[in-house]
Amino acid sequence: MKASVRLTALVMALMMILPLGAAFAVTDGYDSVYTYNYDYWDDYKETPDAYRVEQVIYSPTLGLETPMRRPQSLYVRGNDIYVCDTGNNRILQIRRSGDEYALVRLIDTINGAEPATFNTPSDVFVDENGSIYVADTNNNRVVMADKNLNYVQSFTKPEDSTFDQGLSFLPDKLVADTSGRVYVLATNVNKGLVKYESDGSFTGFIGANPVMYTMWDYIWKTFFTTKAQRAQQASFVPTEYENIAIDREGFIYATNIVFDEYDLIYDNAKPIRRLNAIGNDILIKNDWYPPIGDLHWEEQSQDYGPSKFADITVLDSDTYIAFDRTRGRFFGYDPQGIMLWTFGTKGNSNGAFLAPVSIEHMGNDLLALDENEASITVMTPTEYGRLIYQASDQYLSGDYDGSADTWREVLKLNANYNLAFIGIGRALMRQENFKEAMDYFKMAYDRDNYGRAYRYYRKEMIEQNIVWIVLGVAAVLVVPLIIGCVRKMKAEVEAYERRQNKYRA
Amino acid sequence: MNAVKTNTARNEKWQRYTETLRYAKHVMFHPFDGFWDLSHEGRGSLAAAHTFLVMFLLTWVLKLMYTNFQFINAPVQYINIYEQCASLLIPFLILCLSNWSLSTLFDGKGRFKDIYMAMCYALVPYILIQLPLIAVSHMISFDEASYYTVLMSISTIWSLFLAFVGLMQVHDYGPGKTIIFVIATIFGALVILFLILVFFSLLSDAAAYFISLYREIVFRLH
Repeated sequence: MKASVRLTALVMALMMILPLGAAFAVTDGYDSVYTYNYDYWDDYKETPDAYRVEQVIYSPTLGLETPMRRPQSLYVRGNDIYVCDTGNNRILQIRRSGDEYALVRLIDTINGAEPATFNTPSDVFVDENGSIYVADTNNNRVVMADKNLNYVQSFTKPEDSTFDQGLSFLPDKLVADTSGRVYVLATNVNKGLVKYESDGSFTGFIGANPVMYTMWDYIWKTFFTTKAQRAQQASFVPTEYENIAIDREGFIYATNIVFDEYDLIYDNAKPIRRLNAIGNDILIKNDWYPPIGDLHWEEQSQDYGPSKFADITVLDSDTYIAFDRTRGRFFGYDPQGIMLWTFGTKGNSNGAFLAPVSIEHMGNDLLALDENEASITVMTPTEYGRLIYQASDQYLSGDYDGSADTWREVLKLNANYNLAFIGIGRALMRQENFKEAMDYFKMAYDRDNYGRAYRYYRKEMIEQNIVWIVLGVAAVLVVPLIIGCVRKMKAEVEAYERRQNKYRA
Repeated sequence: MNAVKTNTARNEKWQRYTETLRYAKHVMFHPFDGFWDLSHEGRGSLAAAHTFLVMFLLTWVLKLMYTNFQFINAPVQYINIYEQCASLLIPFLILCLSNWSLSTLFDGKGRFKDIYMAMCYALVPYILIQLPLIAVSHMISFDEASYYTVLMSISTIWSLFLAFVGLMQVHDYGPGKTIIFVIATIFGALVILFLILVFFSLLSDAAAYFISLYREIVFRLH
């Protein structure tokens, strides 16, 4: 009773100070909702499922004698799935045919390499020719073998002054581009990704995380601490990335999980980055909020906190999907940075994850690796998810009307889908149906497109009604003028008559 | 006979009301002279002041509800008109009260009524510019937003300037002293808020005391 009265008073007082603040109420439905999306007001909106679980692959499914132990990474090339079975120091190659998954081979030795076996390998990459790259962490090397597992070369600790020779070289994740350059994410290296040419020579670092500190940090550190204190404190250093992926154009997508929560919403944290050849972040962000995963979270309980992306994968359509470690969720973003859908949860059932570590794609299917369960979950798009992809593809290939029709299908399944409204609006604008396009853009709160449509609509209206507008303006300007003239004439006539009368009298 | 008399009296009242309404125009364009005469020569009226305040609240609500979505970010589904009005009216009155309580202590000439009237008359440019702007927002596109924002800021700055001059003339202060008092007024408002909080807190404590007393007695009686 006492507390509630006090609370009411406090709320009343707060309402006086914060006029709008109290008006926003956010519900948290994480426990019950599997697939959702965020709307314009940052509220989550439940949506139909975009993906469904096709199969979960466990060790018995593959008939493995030694079950997988703490696998760390997945890679997909064609129909083959490569699993980095870290705990058993081996790589599994699994072939998918239809919905059958069969073990092709166990890779645990490389012919001619020194040493030939792996020691806690943490990532695997396979290029177009079938050459296999393995980040062999505790052997301090990235080893490369051809498709018959004959040793080709290894990428070792850079013998260069830019690399701190006191540190051991612990490669964690790697990707290679089409010309054979290798980018390695190494533990303890905070200068960015270690880059090697195809012949194995070290050529520098790219994409270092910019150092983050506030002005207050700097002032405090410079003026208010002694030298001894400063030595005790951590220095301002850039942070390491968590995981990397490469898209078909050779851009590297990196995820970052070291940041302060309040940096997320103002987009200073940049948990997802797209690095170009010189290491600058060129990710496009055209949504109302940056691609940071969940927009709301609770502070306490260990499962809560901002989304932290364990891995990311980029589809051929440049749609990228990040895998959240905090709540076991997938976040799909289109090339413009607009959230397509979010789904997933933590737990033991199919489609739920205990310890997400890696995600890959096979066409539009998603494969997710869970470290604790040692399982690979294969998910295929549902009708809803497929239609979303189809509409985007149709739009990108120039089939605007077709894409609008597909978006209409999407709207039948989810009437809250903003991208669909924008897609239909764009198609309507191409058909010069500006009024209707405006309605669609308005429903999606798309100011830019609405403004564009409105300008055309306004021009059309003015052109159609130019006669009436001119007449209206004329009426406003000319009518008072005429009235004035008539009055003046009348006055003159009256004055003249008066004068005449005077003369007559 | 009596009826005619009251009728003319009513007419005179109406005339005085419209006159004081129209006086706002003079205040807007000649603030120094206008605000002086407003209270010292009795050329403004409380009725007109109330009207302006109500119009101001109306403008705010209409703006939230009917401005084109390109220019405003109002979550219409969450907006509560009474809450919005209260969130404007209560700070407005607390600020007036705080200013009055401080200026009476430091030989300000204005009574509470004068301060309230001056503040209400200062709202007039805001009303006169923002009301038509609601219609304008439907006639321009997002690219032309600068016209809209410029007019928005003009209306706000004008009103703030009028409020400042109003305080200066009502209390017969110089500009420097007025600035100090504006700052002091804000702190005063915070103190008033604090007192309100303390009051509520004490009230709830007192209520809780009597409730527990009652419970205790009922418990013993059984």
